[in-house]
Amino acid sequence: MDSSRRRVLQLLGLSALGLTTKPIRDAFAQEEEQVQAQFKKGENALTAQQWAMVINTRAFESEGDLEPLIEACHKIHNVPKLENKNHEIKWIWPEPYHNAFPLKAGRFLSEEVEHRSFLVLCNHCENPSCVRACPTKATFKRESDGIVLMDFHRCIGCRFCMAACPFGARSFNFRDPRPFIRETNKQFPTRMKGVVEKCNFCAERLAVGQMPACVEASEGKLTFGDLYDPESEVRELIRTNYTIRRKQMLGTEPSVYYIV
Amino acid sequence: MSDKKLIIIGLVIFFVIVAFPLWYHFLFHGGKAAPAPELELTDKAKAAKVCVRSTQYMTAEHMQLLDVWRESVVREAERVYVSPDGKEYNMSLSNTCLDCHSNKAEFCDRCHNYASVRPYCWDCHIDNPKEKS
Repeated sequence: MDSSRRRVLQLLGLSALGLTTKPIRDAFAQEEEQVQAQFKKGENALTAQQWAMVINTRAFESEGDLEPLIEACHKIHNVPKLENKNHEIKWIWPEPYHNAFPLKAGRFLSEEVEHRSFLVLCNHCENPSCVRACPTKATFKRESDGIVLMDFHRCIGCRFCMAACPFGARSFNFRDPRPFIRETNKQFPTRMKGVVEKCNFCAERLAVGQMPACVEASEGKLTFGDLYDPESEVRELIRTNYTIRRKQMLGTEPSVYYIV
Repeated sequence: MSDKKLIIIGLVIFFVIVAFPLWYHFLFHGGKAAPAPELELTDKAKAAKVCVRSTQYMTAEHMQLLDVWRESVVREAERVYVSPDGKEYNMSLSNTCLDCHSNKAEFCDRCHNYASVRPYCWDCHIDNPKEKS
């Protein structure tokens, strides 16, 4: 009766396996449920291969003209206002010519250009050095539209990106920013102490079909569009005007163009 | 074996200490589990009846769901969630989840405190988008 005993043991073994693997099968069944849900882009979402901005600096007469644009950005993104220069957080801010374009500052420059305020922000470079410096991939270049974005959840606050960025476009939260936010926009998160932040080209607005806040507030002085669409407005402006970019020779390929 | 007594006493003490959570629980709490937290739904959440997924799924998996949402929104630029029953939702903790569940203290905190977890969502996400302060 050797073979029948083997049969019984086999059966017992199989049924034991069937019973003990139930939780595992349940887990797999749940995973299948997860797969059913889908993600997609919003219907109005604006898309581009590489977003770019053209700033007509001639249209801004004084620093006061830049104020509403900065205000619009900092208000909707809950950017805190810290008086201490070392703790300052800025996404978009004015800079004099010799600071914005240090390698293009000739001697005996036109006084008008020298005193003009230039609007500077993250350049959303095509070859961003900050992305290469980030050890956690908290900052990354988004494949779908070329925006250099941050995942604040993942930022460990090492500030390598700040050292790597040649434009000083990044700020570090040395303090809890919440008490310093004048008017909180409840639709947008704040940041916490210990993370780096910067301009996000209004990714959250593009996703619902709106232009970036600064572009909207500029009344046509700023132009935003796809750099790789030959028909786009930004390409038209770059084609028909003499434009410069900040520290172009460093090879990061900034996507913000200045008409001077 | 002259140390037999000592060893036995030592072992007894050891087991009493190891079993502390058990006997403490039985002696002082009558062996009953702490009452499960009761969650309060806002009127809006009650009216909606269903969350983005089944209640059971949300209770067990909401943290994974949020993690996947974050990944999709931030990295893939896909912000619309199509649930298995075909409804579309904006994947946003601040503007979708906390819009319905605007009672953090009675909804989120009760369960999180019960389970002794301290999520850091609210370090950045503002807990009640509708509250005017």
